[in-house]
Amino acid sequence: MDYNDILKNSPYSLAAPEKNTLLTERLVELTKHHYERCTPYRGMMDAYGWDPDAINNYYDIPFLPVSLFKQMDLCSVSKEAIIKTMMSSGTSGQAVSKIYCDRATANNQQKTLAKIVTDFTGASRMPMLVIDTPSVIKNRNMFSARGAGILGFSIFGSDKTYVLDDNMELNVELLESFLIKHQGQKIFLFGFTFMVWQHFYRELMRLAGEGRHFDLSGGVLIHGGGWKKLISEAVSPAEFKQRLEEVCGLHDIHDYYGMVEQTGCIYMECECGHLHTSIYSDVITRRPQDFSVCNMGEPGIIQVVSMIPESYPGHSLLTEDEGVILGEDDCPCGRKGKYFKVNGRLKNAEIRGCSDTYAVRF
Amino acid sequence: MTNMEKYIEAFTTSLEIDASQLEGLEYQGVTQWDSVGHMSLIAALEEAFDIMIDVDDILDLSSFEKGKEVLSKYGVELS
Repeated sequence: MDYNDILKNSPYSLAAPEKNTLLTERLVELTKHHYERCTPYRGMMDAYGWDPDAINNYYDIPFLPVSLFKQMDLCSVSKEAIIKTMMSSGTSGQAVSKIYCDRATANNQQKTLAKIVTDFTGASRMPMLVIDTPSVIKNRNMFSARGAGILGFSIFGSDKTYVLDDNMELNVELLESFLIKHQGQKIFLFGFTFMVWQHFYRELMRLAGEGRHFDLSGGVLIHGGGWKKLISEAVSPAEFKQRLEEVCGLHDIHDYYGMVEQTGCIYMECECGHLHTSIYSDVITRRPQDFSVCNMGEPGIIQVVSMIPESYPGHSLLTEDEGVILGEDDCPCGRKGKYFKVNGRLKNAEIRGCSDTYAVRF
Repeated sequence: MTNMEKYIEAFTTSLEIDASQLEGLEYQGVTQWDSVGHMSLIAALEEAFDIMIDVDDILDLSSFEKGKEVLSKYGVELS
């Protein structure tokens, strides 16, 4: 099954039965693929007693805990074929995951991201403000999850401008000149949730107090990377949006959920505030007691499956997040697929997420 | 400068490679043409021809040859 054929389908076009068939076919194929090419993966499947011929639904494919990529080098291609290694976010002292990408997997990640995001933003590119510092992309071959996120989203922007300096302070003059230069155009803003709040929103608030106002009412903001710190400061997603709109008029705001272990397959928040699964990936919630599948509306541990990973066995992973499936194929926004929300990290799980690991310092 | 010369210059300056390497060159074919280099190349092409390339075409532009095809969609003739 060629992933490029899967990509020809638009991201929210398939209803549950068709999507299930597609996911099952591709994910079983990927499981066999990694079983043949990745020795440690094969060892785990053998120990689990996995029988490839007994599986007729992707719900039955074994899942690896995401933390395993920290403890083991898991790779299904030769080292020479690896063109890019991505690393998870982690606070200092934490081990980081290493995700090995070959050319095909890296290309498919970028193409998938493009299909998903343009469904929300349109195919035309927009002048782009990155709410981060350019120093996150220092090493071109070894990306942090933060750098990989920024680079991946850069494809939707033109005249990419980093508005924070090396000290994470807003460069107000740069912001001002950027907005004058692109007056009347739709601006694309990208950043990680906590950075947007701490270094952008708060600074705009401070400037507003001095009588300096910025109009971003024609902009679209995509942000992700975790809510942990903001929840601890009692800033809800609704308040986050409301306060941003109040300070600069920005109202087209989309959170996303995703992780470096399944780069490309992100879950975008729609106009109704729901995170959506595209046809390229899916979310399953499981009960912590026995890992059985939760009912709709019942909170559980989030498992993510992605049709992309060929160069490392990351197509079926158990996260350390708790979430709840809210519905399937019937979101008022019109997009098909499951929609869900993330409640937060499981208790005692380590801190990760581009936004959260950074926020630990505050 | 002809369009072809501009096209070649966009590659050689943004990817920091020699014009002799361009024939048959593909994305990820040299270390400089990685995802970072690709966006620099796109910016250089857009500036050289005063165009804005769509997201799908950025992804399509996977080789030196393919780029000519992509640019023709934007009215840039290279032959």
